[in-house]
Amino acid sequence: MSAPAYVRSRDNSRPRSRKSIALTLLMLLFVVYTLVPLLWLVINATKTQPELFSSFGLWFGSDFALFDNIAQTLTYNNGIFVRWFGNTLLYVVVGAGGATLLATVAGYGLAKFRFPGRRAVFAVVLGAIAIPGTALAVPTFLMFSQLGLTNTPWAIIIPSLISPFGLYLIWVYAAESIPTELLEAARIDGAGEFRTFFTISIRLLAPGIVTVLLFAVVATWNNYFLPLIMLSDPAWFPLTVGLNQWNAQATGVAAQPIYNLVITGSLLTILPIVAAFLVLQRFWQSGLSAGSVK
Amino acid sequence: MTIKRSSSGIRRSAAAIVAVAAISAALVGCSADAGSSGGSGSASDLDAALEKGGTITYWSWTPSAEAQVAAFEKAYPKVDVKLVNAGTNTDEYTKLQNAIKAGSGAPDVAQIEYYAIPQFSLSESLVDLSQYGFGDLKDDYSASTWGSVTSGDKVFGLPQDSGPMSMFYNKTVFDQYGIEVPTTWDEYVAAAEKLHAADPTKYITSDTGDSGFATSMIWQAGGQPFQADGTNVTIDLADAGSKKWADNWNRLIDGGLLSDIPGWSDEWYKGLGDGTIATLITGAWMPGVLEGSVPDASGDWRVAPIPTYDGTPVSAENGGGGQAVIKQSKNPALAAAFLKWLNNDPESIKVFLEKGGFPATTADLESDEFLAQAPEYFGGQKINEVLTAAAKDVPSGWQYLPFQVYANSIFGDTVGQSYANKGNLNDGLAEWQKQLVDYGNGQGFTVNK
Repeated sequence: MSAPAYVRSRDNSRPRSRKSIALTLLMLLFVVYTLVPLLWLVINATKTQPELFSSFGLWFGSDFALFDNIAQTLTYNNGIFVRWFGNTLLYVVVGAGGATLLATVAGYGLAKFRFPGRRAVFAVVLGAIAIPGTALAVPTFLMFSQLGLTNTPWAIIIPSLISPFGLYLIWVYAAESIPTELLEAARIDGAGEFRTFFTISIRLLAPGIVTVLLFAVVATWNNYFLPLIMLSDPAWFPLTVGLNQWNAQATGVAAQPIYNLVITGSLLTILPIVAAFLVLQRFWQSGLSAGSVK
Repeated sequence: MTIKRSSSGIRRSAAAIVAVAAISAALVGCSADAGSSGGSGSASDLDAALEKGGTITYWSWTPSAEAQVAAFEKAYPKVDVKLVNAGTNTDEYTKLQNAIKAGSGAPDVAQIEYYAIPQFSLSESLVDLSQYGFGDLKDDYSASTWGSVTSGDKVFGLPQDSGPMSMFYNKTVFDQYGIEVPTTWDEYVAAAEKLHAADPTKYITSDTGDSGFATSMIWQAGGQPFQADGTNVTIDLADAGSKKWADNWNRLIDGGLLSDIPGWSDEWYKGLGDGTIATLITGAWMPGVLEGSVPDASGDWRVAPIPTYDGTPVSAENGGGGQAVIKQSKNPALAAAFLKWLNNDPESIKVFLEKGGFPATTADLESDEFLAQAPEYFGGQKINEVLTAAAKDVPSGWQYLPFQVYANSIFGDTVGQSYANKGNLNDGLAEWQKQLVDYGNGQGFTVNK
């Protein structure tokens, strides 16, 4: 029975199905690799501290303590977690939002206007992409401390505003997706440069902007090293540094392990970024297809 | 998950970079203004400062800090102490080092563990408190802790807690397999073999290479591998004591008798609860951790003196630390007054003890009330009698390196390899020494020359 089916489908589907088995397996493997830590996180967020130590890691314990854990996470140490959450939001909205705005304006300008020094700017931007942020962290720290900005939110926001990669992305995207003829037509019709930018270009750039925004939001949300060295007062910590401080509490003299709160806190920390990705992804996809019809 | 792992690696190397920059800069400063560190304060300044009041910042991660600060502010309403948890141990030292290097942002008073004090005192970052008459407080503290915060006549801090080493053992496991409580290291190794043979899932202890533990064990064996006199440093991790410990511990490594569960991990806490880890050789502050974080094992654990090499009681300090006044402080007299209250006033120490701390003050170590405590958790054993006896058996003369924080950070890459490969600890110690000598000389110290 299987033989005729095999023969019949041979012509059109055999090459495709042969390839896709390997690919599917690979994808499955990757899905497992990606989802198991998430699964672990969700499962273990439902356990109490003693149960974390006494039950199997990838299955639920006897008690379902998720809501209790969440309540504890939000209230532990006078609700410092909520404060960290607010700090992270502030850094993301101002830092990542500002970075996207600056990258869009600058990238567009570089792509669509000719002026002396363009090549120099190009070299600087490319060079900036090549330097890892970690290498700049210490000089930035010393500079900021001379300015008296360490241990303030500005120490996180100002460096987050600069996104050479985002600028480059917008630059390339603008060069490809905004026809110069369109801008010339707008100019001939009497529109000023700002009006052209806000009514025409920014719409064409939307998919690129969303991409840059997505990158910037994720980068700022996960920002760890910069706040670690810039901030000493937990009142300004973002979630990443704060959770690590909770984690470090389990070590040494007078250790107070609160692994259940670290785990539940981590779960609460990734929820907004997962939501942001799902929401923004839709814009991203629709934007990509919008540019393809020409 | 992967992001977190890599970022901690980055953090460690970058922290080392920051600390490097700070030390070298500090050494330059050290030679420039050496001799002017006497200061101009006096004991009467402390009362005046408390009377006048003001605001100071205090960095600490001890659980007792909040209650102590509240009690202090109640006693001295004019003083406002801003308590900041700037991180636990190395996290805090990195921030402190950075702030000192940057010239601003350091607290007035900071918690610093004993092993890290030389790093900050040698770089002239701490106020010499002898100007406020702190030298007179010597007899209030156990000899080993006082030695850890002083250098000659200079007093760089006041001890808060101490960690004389003892052996914590799981009596239930010992009874189950008919194991006698070991008093010498030979007996300890024999007990390790017997336990592991009887139940291969159980181990005498877990050790994957911990710098604090190793240095304390060398201390107990009579070693003095680190000697520092100003910027002249001698490192000899092959001295008699170091070798004695390494040869002893090699037996456990070779026999596969050590659990490879990393200390302070969730698995480790689990192992302490279910008998997988049968003993802990550690500081006297451990009962608080066991009671607070391994509640399931209540009644299982007991305390015995640390095993010895030849039957003569001898211990060492493990962990613990004190508080110091940072030179950047704009109000050092007030900071010193707060520090004196924090680690010398009975009211403050009472709060500290209530939170499960193990004191460094002789009055408390010897008080009948303290010695008579018989916690349920330890089956009603008077554990403080064992723990305070250990405090008296700590050999004097031990020193940490003036770059011990860095030294500890590379312990895993050197000695830790001997653990991982079941190699010879002496080789690991030699490699550690080699890297420390290179590093020290590169930082402007004169090491082994």
